[in-house]
Amino acid sequence: MSGAGDPFAQREIALVDLLDRLLAGGVVLAGDITLRIADVDLVRIDLKALISSVNAQVQAPWPDADEQSGLRELDERDERDEREAS
Amino acid sequence: MTDELRYVYAVCRPLDAPLHADLTGVGGAPPRQLVHEGLVAVLSPVPERDFGREQLHAHLEDLDWLAATARAHQRVVAALTTLTCPLPLRLGTVFRDDSGVRAMLQDESERLRRILDRIDGHVEWGVKVWLGEESAAEAAAPQPSGAPESGRDYLRRRRAGNAAREESAARAEAFARQLHEDLARYASDARLHPPQSGPLTEAGSGRNILNSAYLVPRARSEEFLELVGRAEGTRPGLQVEVTGPWAAYSFTDDPEPDAPLNGTAGTAGTAGTAGTAGTAGAASQDTGEAS
Repeated sequence: MSGAGDPFAQREIALVDLLDRLLAGGVVLAGDITLRIADVDLVRIDLKALISSVNAQVQAPWPDADEQSGLRELDERDERDEREAS
Repeated sequence: MTDELRYVYAVCRPLDAPLHADLTGVGGAPPRQLVHEGLVAVLSPVPERDFGREQLHAHLEDLDWLAATARAHQRVVAALTTLTCPLPLRLGTVFRDDSGVRAMLQDESERLRRILDRIDGHVEWGVKVWLGEESAAEAAAPQPSGAPESGRDYLRRRRAGNAAREESAARAEAFARQLHEDLARYASDARLHPPQSGPLTEAGSGRNILNSAYLVPRARSEEFLELVGRAEGTRPGLQVEVTGPWAAYSFTDDPEPDAPLNGTAGTAGTAGTAGTAGTAGAASQDTGEAS
């Protein structure tokens, strides 16, 4: 059981890592008063912006073809700028 | 007492050792165990004025309150992790009284046991890869010194900068993908989380390319960390960050006994690699379980 380190000895965990796990991970049980993040009207703090994990739509961790075409557009725009400048 | 509710942190098998006497949970009360038919719920009393449905929703909008509650939740789960392999619950799982908790353990018994079986003997490690945008672009294409001589010169430099950034991003993604595949093959299971962004992310850390979690047998954790360590510093502009050991927060979806293994990667499995990782990892699990 040892060798994995003592969690008490850990340096303080970054809040973003903590919320990544506690708000998106952990088993969801139907408690009497279970908090449902999705139901909560988050007005004063835009938690959805703070914690990407809470977003229903999970982004792929690497860009797909769409983003690559975005870069192509950027390049084309640069070429156009260059023509106009000269 | 009617004004006290039950905040439940985790479910586990019966413990061999008692909880640490000084341990405090959410709101400062010491957690205790509620045993029901071979399952233990670790809980503490919380006041209804803070944890009733509406109060809880109001508190959730308060980042300071949320942070304090999350740290208390994690403190109890981390303490449990030194004694057993707890199944952590989602933040804010609250019941009216002990009999509500007992009913939950009864109703959810099969699912809870399936997940406890999967995570038995394991801890979770988090791995993130960051691309420091500027440093990576500079490494790929050193900027000429001095001001641009003309508009054309400026645009040429700008275009070279864009190309360098594109190239370093592509290299970073290839690196992250390879790292994830290597680690997932080593782990018993793996999950991809969405990349971190937004104001809580540390300033200056760059762009988060990979944010993943690995279920690793405790006995193999040191080797796992060595594997991550070997990848660190091999690419300029890329940082590899490890967090943990965590309780298995990212592996609490139901491993249906009859479902194909690929199906269990559903929670964060946007990329195909997560699914294949689960299958490949399952084969190595048997060897790692010996300890």
